[in-house]
Amino acid sequence: MKAFTYERATDPVAAARAVAGHPGAKFIAGGTNLLDLMKIEVETPTHLVDVQDLGFDTIERTKDGGLRIGALVTNTDLAADERVRRDYAVLTRAIVAGASGQLRNKASTAGNLLQRTRCPYFYDTNMACNKRKPGSGCAAIGGYSRQLGVIGVSNSCIATFPGDMAVAMRVLDAVIETVDAGGQRRSIPIADFHRLWGDHPEQDTVLRPGELITAVTLPKPLGGQHFYEKVRDRASYAYALVSVAAVIQPDGTGRVAFGGVAPRPWRVEAAEALLPQGAAAVTERAFQGATPTKDNAFKLPLATRALAAVIAESKG
Amino acid sequence: MADRLDPTLSRRGVLTGGAATAVVAATPAAAAPLPPRPAKATPMMPVRFTVNGESRSLTLDPRTTLLDALREHLHLTGTKKGCDHGQCGACTVLVHGVRINSCLSLAVMHEGDAITTIEGLGTPDKLHPMQAAFVKHDGYQCGYCTPGQICSAVAVLDEIKRGVPSHVQADVAGRPQASNMEMRERMSGNICRCGAYSNIAEAMAEVAGGAAKEDRA
Ligand SMILES: Cc1cc2nc3c(=O)[nH]c(=O)nc-3n(C[C@H](O)[C@H](O)[C@H](O)COP(=O)(O)OP(=O)(O)OC[C@H]3O[C@@H](n4cnc5c(N)ncnc54)[C@H](O)[C@@H]3O)c2cc1C
Ligand code: SF4
Repeated sequence: MKAFTYERATDPVAAARAVAGHPGAKFIAGGTNLLDLMKIEVETPTHLVDVQDLGFDTIERTKDGGLRIGALVTNTDLAADERVRRDYAVLTRAIVAGASGQLRNKASTAGNLLQRTRCPYFYDTNMACNKRKPGSGCAAIGGYSRQLGVIGVSNSCIATFPGDMAVAMRVLDAVIETVDAGGQRRSIPIADFHRLWGDHPEQDTVLRPGELITAVTLPKPLGGQHFYEKVRDRASYAYALVSVAAVIQPDGTGRVAFGGVAPRPWRVEAAEALLPQGAAAVTERAFQGATPTKDNAFKLPLATRALAAVIAESKG
Repeated sequence: MADRLDPTLSRRGVLTGGAATAVVAATPAAAAPLPPRPAKATPMMPVRFTVNGESRSLTLDPRTTLLDALREHLHLTGTKKGCDHGQCGACTVLVHGVRINSCLSLAVMHEGDAITTIEGLGTPDKLHPMQAAFVKHDGYQCGYCTPGQICSAVAVLDEIKRGVPSHVQADVAGRPQASNMEMRERMSGNICRCGAYSNIAEAMAEVAGGAAKEDRA
């Protein structure tokens, strides 16, 4: 691990200022992704600003009947919250399908949204990777790409956003709240939060340097039946090959987002409108223009089957 | 990686007789002075927390993980280093009673925390019920993952009691049961190379009050 200095911030704007004003500085929350990457020197921050004392660890009702989730609320506490289990079960289900009990006890809401791709070449500092080292090339294109993206990818990078929680948040139309070093606040719909890779795969999200996530808000509950179907190489403690987050209403309409397939949770509103016509209709539209590799082309039929399983379950 | 770049973090050095061993093993080119510091030294930082009820003060390189602080600096070697990347669970300890991977946490992030390691759960004369149950049910073979398994198992029963939901729970709005399926899912963050899993679940079931036996498939 490269050397760094460490401070514990007590005020959000001061924390943002500490990162914005210090080249190479980063926030640290649970540390479960950042330290993992620092140990292999994929991440080499020179200064860490620990945000655990900022008080963003509560879940509150919003005026319009939704929830405001502090950025530091752990995955465990969010999944276990009574209101979330009852009204946003898709979110509880997505969270408990991810990582392990120990990791979820540390993983924060903000850190989970910002976890980096699990592309094996990104982790291997001997390999070319535009995301780790812009301009160095992409070893995954033409390489081992079974886990990687099938849509929204580019000629620079075909990685996926690996997380589960965000896929459910996409279905719920969550909004990410931030504050910057100047005290300026902004609200970013989760649909716009993760970037498609384009020519700049090193930028995972639209956050600016030093911009601090303070909370994630959920609109009022949607009702309906909630599902998170995660298909992976073992029954627990593995990243998704494909996942489906869905909220299905009694009349068969609903919302659907896919994980493990793209640089961001993949939701196409025009596709989910086809839910009453069945899974194949939805995925045909949702994955229009997909560019799978020969290793990951299986993800397309897998997405259809995972969604078909969810629809069948919704019909009892 | 940490071993090579910062010999003070070496896992074997302290055990086998001090940092000098680690320096030789880690930097064969070896003119490294003692105490060995990387070219760009970081300022050391003080941290204070309690471990197994005892207050401990350390001055550490901020890079020191909680795991290395426990093992290398406090010589509490019960907690094990397996993968050092949060994938195996051998480093599991309890912080304020909550299980975490001590390898993916910096010691300096734990100022004021109350940490419990396997050494603090019970002693050879007075085993914690979970330790006794692991012995009784043969919940291990080589024993390397066992401290992490036991810390995790103790926390799992508490999580079930507190109503923390799991992936195998049919109705996440309801209360979880201490069933065999639940134990298996909740313990998936602890890998056992010897495959003692079914005995670990038996040990947990006994401590949970036999609930797991009922639905064992
Ligand atoms: C073995 C293993 C298996 C895993 N499996 C899964 C899985 O199946 N599914 C899944 O979804 N996840 C999985 N994870 C990932 C895990 O969920 C993430 O590591 C975790 O959510 C990150 O949260 P954190 O608080 O620890 O983030 P940190 O590591 O503290 O931070 C991550 C990033 O977020 C930034 N950051 C943190 N807080 C803020 C803030 N408030 N504002 C702005 N920036 C901030 C940091 O600077 C850093 O860049 C796994 C991890 C491991 C190690
Ligand atoms: S797919 Fe992206 S993350 Fe993977 S090697 Fe290519 S550029 Fe790097």
